[in-house]
Amino acid sequence: MKKLLNTLFVTLPDTYLGLDGENIVVKQEEEILARYPLHNLEAVCTFGYAGVSPALMGACASRNVSLTFMTRTGRFLARVIGEDRGNVVLRKEQYRISDDEVRSARVARNMITGKLYNNKWILERATRDYALRIDTERIKKVTESLGETMKLLREVEQLDILRGLEGSAAVQYNSVFDDLILQQKESFYFYGRSRRPPLDKVNALLSFAYTLLANDMKSALESVGLDAYVGFLHRDRPGRASLALDMMEELRGVYADRFVLSLINKKVVNDKGFYVKENLAVIMDDETRKKVLKAWQERKQEKIMHPYLNEKIPWGLVPYTQALLLARYIRGDLDEYPPFLWK
Amino acid sequence: MLILITYDVSTIDSEGRRRLSKVAKKCVDHGQRVQNSVFECILDAAQFRRLRFELEELIDKDTDSLRFYNLGDNYKRKVQHVGAKDSYDMGDPLIL
Repeated sequence: MKKLLNTLFVTLPDTYLGLDGENIVVKQEEEILARYPLHNLEAVCTFGYAGVSPALMGACASRNVSLTFMTRTGRFLARVIGEDRGNVVLRKEQYRISDDEVRSARVARNMITGKLYNNKWILERATRDYALRIDTERIKKVTESLGETMKLLREVEQLDILRGLEGSAAVQYNSVFDDLILQQKESFYFYGRSRRPPLDKVNALLSFAYTLLANDMKSALESVGLDAYVGFLHRDRPGRASLALDMMEELRGVYADRFVLSLINKKVVNDKGFYVKENLAVIMDDETRKKVLKAWQERKQEKIMHPYLNEKIPWGLVPYTQALLLARYIRGDLDEYPPFLWK
Repeated sequence: MLILITYDVSTIDSEGRRRLSKVAKKCVDHGQRVQNSVFECILDAAQFRRLRFELEELIDKDTDSLRFYNLGDNYKRKVQHVGAKDSYDMGDPLIL
């Protein structure tokens, strides 16, 4: 199994990243702040104004270190991609599936089933662990309806129907998401999903977590030789990594939502770490962003049992293992794509 | 695993000084300089074998020496630092 390496996050403004031998060197006004050997890194992620030398870009691309640029607020800007990896036969088969609605739907319905299964588990776990603190009756109704939708999903072969079922399940799940926030309720609440821009603190955290997860997913897909931009459920649109978004569906809940909930419930973040811009967008300050990134990295190191591979792996490798399983399915080594079913 | 590398390179002649800078450069490429000729490198078994081979090629075995200490995967408990110039831990979140 691949080893999970570290990710370097650069949040300082006015930094420049260069290459020295096999080291990535972080400079601020000619002063060297840090140097790390590239072979210890899996990804480099910059927020703000960090410039990067072409030599470092090339070194990252050839050593399979993903290099991503984001705005200060965590919106995705650009990514460095090197020569295409993997084999073209695999990618062509991926395109063929993507062009075929029925075959696309067969893969996509497994992903959506995974999503509903995982979200159902999140809710059921909450009712089990905090039975006295939350409205279990209300949540129970939602988990039952998620179970019903999962049954309906089994035979679906049209993408539109799939999207409809997925949408209604998402509405159900979102309607009780606020109940899972157990601490700091006066400042953290969830009335509904808002994005571009996120209008409250929970949405700001969710958007940030989804961006981080999407980047991990894109790099994972590329490292197994798939094209992250050609999806099955999400159709092609220039500049959108549709396959990464497809693959994220089953992980949004267990990976990102639960991460955000634990940040709030464990009081890693607090009310003061956010501010509101003129356009009503809620943004976290630099201090909070660092705390979130630190917690994200620590979460990635935590080990879980992968239910399909039956192997203990760190959370951070889940996007990679799912990408690997999808590649095996496309190649024809597996009869179905096995989504990540969290236990 | 964490490999601690230390070296002594004889610098009596200019040839020795050249060897010293080459050895130092090679070590900087693979890890963190914690003291003047002491490096901590996080390597897997294959990377370690290669680095060791490359370093052995650089030195003159009659006058110079290299030492490798393998501190394994659970190195955190095994290293303590006192005094100036504290180091970073490659296993911790790296956020600047």
